[in-house]
Amino acid sequence: MAVEDHAEKNLDEENFTAPTVTGPDAAADRQADINREVRQHQEQYRVSGARESQPRLDYAPYRSSVLRHPTKDPHHTDPELIELTSPAFGHRDVHDLESDLTVQGGGEPIGERIKIRGRVMDSAGRPVRNQLVEIWQANAAGRYIHKRDQHPAPLDPNFTGVGRCLTGDDGSYEFTTIKPGPYPWKNHRNAWRPAHVHFSLFGTDFTQRMITQMYFPGDPLFALDPIYQSIVDPKARERLVASYDHDVSEHEWLLGYTWDIVLGGSNRTWMEPEDEN
Amino acid sequence: MAREELRTPVSRGRTVENPPADLTPTPGQTIGPFFGYANAHEEVGLPYRGGPELVSRAHPEASRLHGQVYDGAGDVIPDAMLEIWQADPQGRIPEETGSLNRDGYTFTGWGRQAVDRLGTYSFTTLEPGAPGQGHAPYFLMVIFARGLLNRLFTRVYLPDDEQALADDPLLASLPAERRRTMIATRLDDGSLHHDIRLQGDRETVFLAYPGIES
Repeated sequence: MAVEDHAEKNLDEENFTAPTVTGPDAAADRQADINREVRQHQEQYRVSGARESQPRLDYAPYRSSVLRHPTKDPHHTDPELIELTSPAFGHRDVHDLESDLTVQGGGEPIGERIKIRGRVMDSAGRPVRNQLVEIWQANAAGRYIHKRDQHPAPLDPNFTGVGRCLTGDDGSYEFTTIKPGPYPWKNHRNAWRPAHVHFSLFGTDFTQRMITQMYFPGDPLFALDPIYQSIVDPKARERLVASYDHDVSEHEWLLGYTWDIVLGGSNRTWMEPEDEN
Repeated sequence: MAREELRTPVSRGRTVENPPADLTPTPGQTIGPFFGYANAHEEVGLPYRGGPELVSRAHPEASRLHGQVYDGAGDVIPDAMLEIWQADPQGRIPEETGSLNRDGYTFTGWGRQAVDRLGTYSFTTLEPGAPGQGHAPYFLMVIFARGLLNRLFTRVYLPDDEQALADDPLLASLPAERRRTMIATRLDDGSLHHDIRLQGDRETVFLAYPGIES
C-alpha cells in the first residue's frame, strides 16, 4: 500500500469524509460492544485501588487510540530551564474581540448563546496570569468548519467556532459563544460525541501544556462516549463538566456556565513571600 | 526578595479568590480530528500561518527541523499537531510575545504546526544553544493527535556535540537504543531530521514530570 493510501485510511477511519464506511472494520462494532469494554476498564480500575486523574492513553474502546498510544513507560525526569518556562503571549497575539465567537461573521450565528467563564490556576490554586487560552468547537448543528468534517449537518456562515483570549491577573478567562451540538462519528455504529468545547491551555511551565474538552452538565451521551470514559475515575471525568451558573446568565441575552481549570503543579519555586501580589 | 520582572507568564503569590476545594489537575483529552489547518489560502483553528516559521528562511542562521510522525503499524499519522519550545542560539530563554503574529524579526522560541497529509512536519528556526552547563542543547516538543488521548512530551537533541550528548544527565540515564530516539540526525543539506514514533520497537522516549500526570 502506498504511503498516500495509508494516510487516507488513517484520515478516514473516524470522520465523515465519504458517504460510505471506508475501512473493513470501521464502524463495525455496536454500542453494546463499546459499553462492555468501557465497563471492563471501570471494573479493573475499581478493584485496582489506584487513583488516576488523567485519561488512559491505552484505551481500546476509543478505536483510534489502539495504534497511537506509547507502550513503553514514560521516562521520569526533573524539568530543567526551558521546561520550567513557557512562551509569552500578549496583545500583539490576541485581539479582545477574539473571545466573542458570536461576532466573527457578517451576522448572528444560529443557536443558543452562552458564556463560559472560569479561572486557570496551578495545583496550588495560584492564578496563571496573562496566558493564552484557545477554544474550538462545532456549531449548533454539530458541524465543524473543517474540510474533513462532511457529516450532513448545515454549516453556519456566521460561525467559525474558533476563539482565543488571554487570562487576566486573576487567571480568569471568558468566552461568548453558541452551545455546540453533539455530532456523529465513526468509532462504532451510531456513535455520537457529547456536546463539547475543545480547550488549549498553557501554564507558567511548558510541562503544564495541555489540550482538553469541556462538556455540558447532564449530557445523556456521557455513558456512551469512549473519549469521555477514557478517564476511568468518575470524579476525574466530572472535572471536565462545566456548571450552569445563573449569576453568569444575562437577562434576555444568554445562559452562563463556569468551568475552572487546574494545570499540574508548577515546578518552579519563587523566592518571594506568598502574599506578594 | 526582589526579582526582575519577567514578561513570561508566572503563577505566584496569592491563590485565586475562593479557590476550589479540589485542586486535582484537570484531565486532558484528545485534540480530535477538527483542530484546524493553515495553508497559503486560509487558516482555521489552532494552526496558523507562520506557526512553523520561528524565523524567516532568509535568516542567515535559519535551520530546518523536520520529520514524520508514525503510528504503531509504521503508518504515517496525518492528523497530529506539534509544538516546539526552545532557547535561542545563546541558550537564552525567549520572553518576547508575538508568536501568533510574527513580526519577522523577533525570536519568540515557540512554534506550532499541524502535520501534512503524509504526517510530515517542518519548522524553520534557529538552533538552540545549551540550556546550562553540562546539558546538551535540545528542542522541547509536545505532540497532539487524533487517537492520542493526552499530549506527549519529548526532547529533540542536536546531534553535533558528542561530548555534550554523552554528558547530558537525561540521555545518560537511557539505554543506547532508547537514547537514539531523542537525537536528531544532521542531513547532508544541513537540516535536522527527526521522526516521532508513538508506538513500536523504535518508539520515541516520552517524558513524565513531577506533579504532571500523563
